Amino acid sequence: MEPHAAVATVIDFAKSAKLIGAGLAAMGMIGAGVGLGVLFGSYLQAAIRNPAGAASQQTMLFLGMALTETMGLFAFVVSLIILFGS
Amino acid sequence: MAQQPAIEPMHQFMVHKIVDLPPVHIGGFALDLSITNSVVTMFAGALILILFFVLTARREIVPNRGQALAESLYNIVDRVLVGPIIGRGGKPYVPYIFTLFLVILVLNLMSGVLAIGNVGGLDLTFAVTAQLAVTATLAVLTFFSVFILGFVKHGPKFVGIFAPSGMPKVMLIFMVPIEMLSYFVRPVTLAMRLFGNMLGGHVVMSLFGSFVVALGIVALSGGVATLAVIPSALSFGMIVALTGLELVIAVLQAFVFAALATVYLNEVVNFGHGH
Repeated sequence: MEPHAAVATVIDFAKSAKLIGAGLAAMGMIGAGVGLGVLFGSYLQAAIRNPAGAASQQTMLFLGMALTETMGLFAFVVSLIILFGS
Repeated sequence: MAQQPAIEPMHQFMVHKIVDLPPVHIGGFALDLSITNSVVTMFAGALILILFFVLTARREIVPNRGQALAESLYNIVDRVLVGPIIGRGGKPYVPYIFTLFLVILVLNLMSGVLAIGNVGGLDLTFAVTAQLAVTATLAVLTFFSVFILGFVKHGPKFVGIFAPSGMPKVMLIFMVPIEMLSYFVRPVTLAMRLFGNMLGGHVVMSLFGSFVVALGIVALSGGVATLAVIPSALSFGMIVALTGLELVIAVLQAFVFAALATVYLNEVVNFGHGH
């Protein structure tokens, strides 16, 4: 069995740090996911108890959904900036 | 085997000039007013809105479909947003909120509905609201209009907005900076919300489109690799689902921008008293 030549591997630290950073930043969307689940869950619970009053709060539901989603999007945009920003 | 094209999801957001106009010098600043693909898309959006108005602004008692659509859009702003949130005093501001709502709605929907302009290497459809400059302009315009309106309507005592009522004087020392910070971060969050939603949606759709092509090229090399047609078809199904989600988000983000503008306006219009 012939010994294989030792190959020097060059690790591009900048690129790998970018990739790791982007992955970590995207983990911020966990919080947004949990928040959205709690929000819609509470709305559904209350709506099933009081269906007549549910329609009046639909506006606030969508508003709350968009505000919560924003935080997840901040994490996503930071991740994209880390990945593609020069 | 065919060459795999590079997967570049951010390439669709490049702004490039179509008509190069000389810069305009205004007191030290040089404004570059060239016609770019972003400008052309915004002109197209404005044209669509003007056409929509010309075609559907009627006063029939029994509306046709266009008039019904226009009336339901106006209803959203008047009876669902401004009416419940601000009340009677919000009537003068309905035109602005309506314009804001329609502009963002049209620009958002154009980037999703007209996606056919991007097939086969063409680059006709441009997502205007996925440009931070555009959303920042809308957000700064909305925020500062409301802020200056506060001082115009209520004079210097409008700074009371930073000291919530019924707070003990001791806590004011560190609550006022926090309130000011959370107040002045509003244009940032307004801009970033619309920008992030549109950017994220288009990036993910572009990625799945690249998967369809890349997996299709792998499948073309014959043999066992033909099985790669299955994930390619699944990616295509994902694009269909994502386009549906994109359309929902387009309308929802326009609604939310208008709703938040109404909420910020309400703090000014109903400053010091409730409804």
